[in-house]
Amino acid sequence: MGITDFLTMRHEVLLTILAILVLIIDLNLKPAHKHRIIPIVLSLFFIHTVIGFLPTENGVLFGGMYHTSALTVMMKNILNVGVLIILLQSVTWLRKPDNKEKMSEYFLLLFSTLIGMYFMISAGDFLMFYLGLELATIPIAALAAYTHHQTRSAEAGIKLILSSALSSGILLFGLSLIYGSTGSIYFDKVGELFSNSPMQILAFIFFFTGMAFKISLVPFHLWTADVYEGSPVNVTSYLSVISKGAASFIFIIIHFTVFHSIAYVWKDIIYLIAVLTMTIGNLFAMRQKNMKRFLAFSSIAQAGFILLGILGGNQTGMTSVIYFVLVYIFSNLGAFGVVSAISAVTGKESMDDYDGLYATNPKLSLLMTLSMFSLAGIPPVAGFFGKFFLFTSAASGGYYWLVFIAVLNATISLYYYLLVVKAMFINKNDSPLAYFKSDIPTRIGLLLCMAGIFVLGFWSQIYEIISSFSFGILY
Amino acid sequence: MTDYAYTILIPLVPLAVFVFTGLTGHKMKPIVSGLIGTAGLSFAAILSYYTAITYFWTGHTAGTGYVSIKAFEVNWLHLTDLLTIKLGSLIDPISVMMLVVITTVSLMVHIYSLGYMKGERGFHRFFSFLSLFSFSMLGLVLATNIFQMYIFWELVGVSSFLLIGFYYEKPSAVAASKKAFIVTRFADLGFLIGILMLSFNTHTFDFQTLTSPTGPAIAQAGGAAFMGMSVLTWSMIFIFMGGAGKSAMFPLHIWLPDAMEGPTPVSALIHAATMVVAGVYLVARLFPVYALGAPDALTLVAWVGGISSLFAAVIACTQTDIKRVLAYSTMSQIGYMMLALGVSGYGGENGLGFMASNFHLFTHAMFKALLFLGAGAVIHAVHSNDMSGMGNLRKYLPITHITFLIACITIAGIPPLSGFFSKDEILVAAFHHNKVLFFIEYAVAGLTAFYMFRLYYSIFWGKQTHYHHTPHEAPYVMTIPLIVLAFGAIFAGFLPFHNLVTSDGIPFETTTEWSIAIPSVLIALLGIGIATFMYRRVTAVPDKVAGAISHLYKWSYHKFYIDEVYLFVTKKIIFNFISRPLAWFDRHVVDGTMNGIAGIIQVSSVSIKGLQSGRVQQYAFVFVTGTIALVLIFAYLW
Repeated sequence: MGITDFLTMRHEVLLTILAILVLIIDLNLKPAHKHRIIPIVLSLFFIHTVIGFLPTENGVLFGGMYHTSALTVMMKNILNVGVLIILLQSVTWLRKPDNKEKMSEYFLLLFSTLIGMYFMISAGDFLMFYLGLELATIPIAALAAYTHHQTRSAEAGIKLILSSALSSGILLFGLSLIYGSTGSIYFDKVGELFSNSPMQILAFIFFFTGMAFKISLVPFHLWTADVYEGSPVNVTSYLSVISKGAASFIFIIIHFTVFHSIAYVWKDIIYLIAVLTMTIGNLFAMRQKNMKRFLAFSSIAQAGFILLGILGGNQTGMTSVIYFVLVYIFSNLGAFGVVSAISAVTGKESMDDYDGLYATNPKLSLLMTLSMFSLAGIPPVAGFFGKFFLFTSAASGGYYWLVFIAVLNATISLYYYLLVVKAMFINKNDSPLAYFKSDIPTRIGLLLCMAGIFVLGFWSQIYEIISSFSFGILY
Repeated sequence: MTDYAYTILIPLVPLAVFVFTGLTGHKMKPIVSGLIGTAGLSFAAILSYYTAITYFWTGHTAGTGYVSIKAFEVNWLHLTDLLTIKLGSLIDPISVMMLVVITTVSLMVHIYSLGYMKGERGFHRFFSFLSLFSFSMLGLVLATNIFQMYIFWELVGVSSFLLIGFYYEKPSAVAASKKAFIVTRFADLGFLIGILMLSFNTHTFDFQTLTSPTGPAIAQAGGAAFMGMSVLTWSMIFIFMGGAGKSAMFPLHIWLPDAMEGPTPVSALIHAATMVVAGVYLVARLFPVYALGAPDALTLVAWVGGISSLFAAVIACTQTDIKRVLAYSTMSQIGYMMLALGVSGYGGENGLGFMASNFHLFTHAMFKALLFLGAGAVIHAVHSNDMSGMGNLRKYLPITHITFLIACITIAGIPPLSGFFSKDEILVAAFHHNKVLFFIEYAVAGLTAFYMFRLYYSIFWGKQTHYHHTPHEAPYVMTIPLIVLAFGAIFAGFLPFHNLVTSDGIPFETTTEWSIAIPSVLIALLGIGIATFMYRRVTAVPDKVAGAISHLYKWSYHKFYIDEVYLFVTKKIIFNFISRPLAWFDRHVVDGTMNGIAGIIQVSSVSIKGLQSGRVQQYAFVFVTGTIALVLIFAYLW
C-alpha cells in the first residue's frame, strides 16, 4: 500500500489504528491510572482530525468498492469535528467512578461506529455500504447500553438492536431485490440499469425504509425517543448528530447517483415523508419534559427539513443539506453539551430543572439560548441560513406548498425551543440548580459550538466551498 | 492624486471606542472610559484636519476645481448586479468640511463632558453613546451612496434617541426621546420612499453618478409626471422630507425643543452643531440634482427654510427655558441654511447660496455649540434651566459670560465676527433670487439679535437674584472648550469659503455687498438695542409690551399650538378612526385565528401520543405497516 493509497483512505486507516491503540494503551495502564487514557485519546483524535483536512485526490480502491473525492473527505471531516466536540463533552461524565473501568470501551465503540460511517460514505457498491451500515449501527447499540446497570440504558440498547435488526432485514431484502433485478451491486452499474418496474420500486422502497430508520423519519422513527432517553447523554448526542448526519450524507449521495432514474418516484415519497416527519416530530416535541426526549423529537423534525434539500435535486440542494448538517452539528451539540454538562454534575435532565437557570449559570443559559435560536432558525445565527438554503432549494424545485408547510413547522418549532429559553430566563424557581464550574474540555467543546454557530452564520465562504464540491442529480 | 483610503478610519475609530467602552466600560473607573472616548475622538479629529489640509491644499486643479474622490468602497450586500449596497468614504469639499465640523465640536463636547457629567450615573454609557453618535455622523457625511447615508441616518437617529433619553428615569426625558425618534422616523419614511423612487428610475445609489450633471438622474429630469411635477421632483421632495425631519424644519420641528431634555453637551453636539444640519448636508450633497433636475423641489426647500426661520425666531422671543430658546434659535438658523440652498443656482457665482449655506453651517456649528456649552455652564452653576430664576450671573461666571457674549454678538451678525460674513452671503444670495424671502430674512436677523440679547441680559444682567449657594465658575475642563469655540466663532468668518466649498468645486470671487450688509447690521443693532432697553435692568417694559401684543405673545409663547395640532391629529383622529379598529381586528380576528391554530396543534399533539407506547413490538408493527403502505401507494397506486 503506497503513500497515495494511504492518503486516499487515511480516515479509515488512521482511525482503525487509533481504535487498536486504545485497546493496547488500556491494557498497559494500571487500574488506578485508567483515566490517563482520556488526554491521550483526545490528542490522538485531534491529530486524526487535522490530518483529515490534508489535500486529497479522487481515488477508487478495491475494484470500485471504495470511492473517495473532495466531497466524501469533506463529509468525513465534518463528522470528525462533531465527534471531537462530543469527546470533549464526554470527559466529565467519563471520569465518574461508575465509568472509570470501561472508558476505553466507550472510545473503542465510538471509533468503530465512526469507521463504519466512513465506509458508508465512501462505499462504491452496496456490499461495502451494508458492511459500513452494520459497523456503524451495532456498536451504537452497545454504547446505548453503556451504563447497563441502569434499566433504562439496557432497555435502550435492546430496543435499538431489535429495531435496527428489523430495519436491516428489510433493507437487505431491498438490496437483494436490486441485485436480482439488475445483476449488479455496484452503484454506477445499478444506476445505469435501474428502471421503474414495480419490483425495482419495491426494492427501492425497502432500501429507503432502512435508511429512513437511520435518519429517524416518520413513521420509522419510533425507536428514537426511547433510545435517546435511555442512553447516556453523550451517546444520545452522538446518535442524534453524527449518526444522523452521516446517514443524511449517504442518503443524499445514493439518491442522487444510484436512484436518479426514478427521481420522480422518490421525490413523491420524500414529499410525503417530509410533511409527516416535520409535523409529527414537532407535535411530539411540544409535549416533552425530559430534555433528551425533547431534543430527540426536535431532531426528528429537523430531519424532516433535511429532506427539503434532497427534494430540490440540484446542486443547491446537496449544498444546503451538507451546510445544514454542519450547522445542525454545532447547534445541536451546543444544546446537548449544556444538557450533558448539567447532567454530569447534577444528574438533572428535566426541563423543569432548568427553571431560573440564568440566575445561577448565566453562561450555560446563554449558550443554550443561542443553540435554541440556531435550531429554531432565527437570524443572524447559522441555523437561519441553514434553513434558508434548504427552503431556497426546495422552492427552486417548485415545491412551494412544501416550503409553506415547512415554514409553518419552523414556527411551531420556535414555540418549543423558546419554552426552554423561557424556563431558563423567565420561570421563577426558588431553588435553581446551583452554580457549578465545568471542566476545561467541556468548556472548549462548548466554545467550539458557540464559535461554529456564529462563524457559520457570518462567514459565507463556507457555503461556497461546500457548493464547489456538491453536485445535482446526474442524468 | 492623494490616496485618501485612510479616511475610513475616521468613523471606525469611534466605532471601536463605542464597542470597547460599551462592553467593558462598567468594569473601569468612569473617568477612564471618558478619557478613552476623548482619545479616540482626538485621533479622528487629527485625521480629519490632516484630510482637510491635504485636500484643500492639493485637491484642486486648475479648470476642474475640487473633484470628488471615492477614497474607499466595499460591497456590503451584493443582492443582484444591479442592486448592490456599498459602504465607503467619499471625499469632496462638503464632506471634508463636515469632517472638520463634526470632529471639532465632538471633541470639544467630549472634553467638556468630562467635567459636566462628572459624578453622573452612567458616565461610561454616556461616553460610549457619544462615540456611537460620532461614528454614525462621520459615516453619514462620508457616505458614497444614498443608501449608506440612509443607514447612518438611522444610526444617528438611534444615537440621538439614546442620548435624549439618557436620564431614562425621568418621564419627560423618555417622552422626549420617543417623540424625537417617532417624528424623525416618520420623516425618514419620506426619505426612504424618495430613495426608492430616485434609484428605481436612475438604477443607482451612487452619489457621484447621481450628481453628475450628465448623469442619469439629471438627464431624465423630464420623465413621467404626476400632478404636474416630474417623478424626479417628487422623489427629491420626499428626500427633502427626511432632511426636514432631521433638521427640524416646519412643520416637522416639534421634536427639537423637547429634545433639550438630554444632557446639555448632547444638545450642543447633536441638536445644534451636527445632527440637525444633516438635512442641510443631504440637500447640499444632492444639490446638482435639485438645482438642475428638480428646481420646483428646490423652491420648496427655500420656502420651508424661510418660513421655519421666521416662525422659530418669533417663538424664541417668548420662551423662558434657556435651552429651548437656543433650540428655536437653532431651528431658525438652519432655516437660513435651507433657504440659502433653496435660492442658489448651480455653478460659478450662481452657486453663491450653496457656498453661503455651507459657510453658515460651519460658523453656526461653532457659535451654537458655544452657546449651548455656555448654557450648560450656567445650568451647571445654578441647577436650573429657567431664566426667570436667573440674573446677574456675570460676576460669578466671568469666562462663561465673555464667551457667551461673543457667541451672542456672532449670531446677531455684527462684523467682524464670523456670523456676519456667512449671514451676509445668505442675504445677498436671497436678494438676487427672491425679494420676499430676502425681507423675511431681514426681519429674522432683527429678531435673532433681539432674542439672543434678551437671553443674554436675563442670565447675566437683570435682577439681583439670591441663589441657594453661590454660583461658581465651571472647571477648566469645561471652560477651555468654551474658549476654543469662542476663537472659532470669532475667526471662522475669515475662511475663504468661496475658494473652497462651491457647488461645482470651482472657486469664484465674492465681495461684501455693503448695500445689503449695512442695513442688516443696523437691524441687528436695533434688535440688540431694544433688548438692552427692555432687559438690562428690571423694568415694567417687557410686561407692557407683552400686554400690548397679547395675542401674538400668547401664540408665540404656546409655540403657535403646533404640538396641540399634532396631538389632535394623532390622538383624536388617527387613534380613534384607524388605530382602534385595527387593534380590535388584531386582537379578535388575527389573534383568534392564531390561538385557534395553536389549540388545534395542542389537541392533535395530545391525541397522537398513543403512537409512542414504549413497546418495541408495536414499533416494529408500525415500521412494517409504513413500509407496506409506501409500497402499495407508490408501486401500485401511483
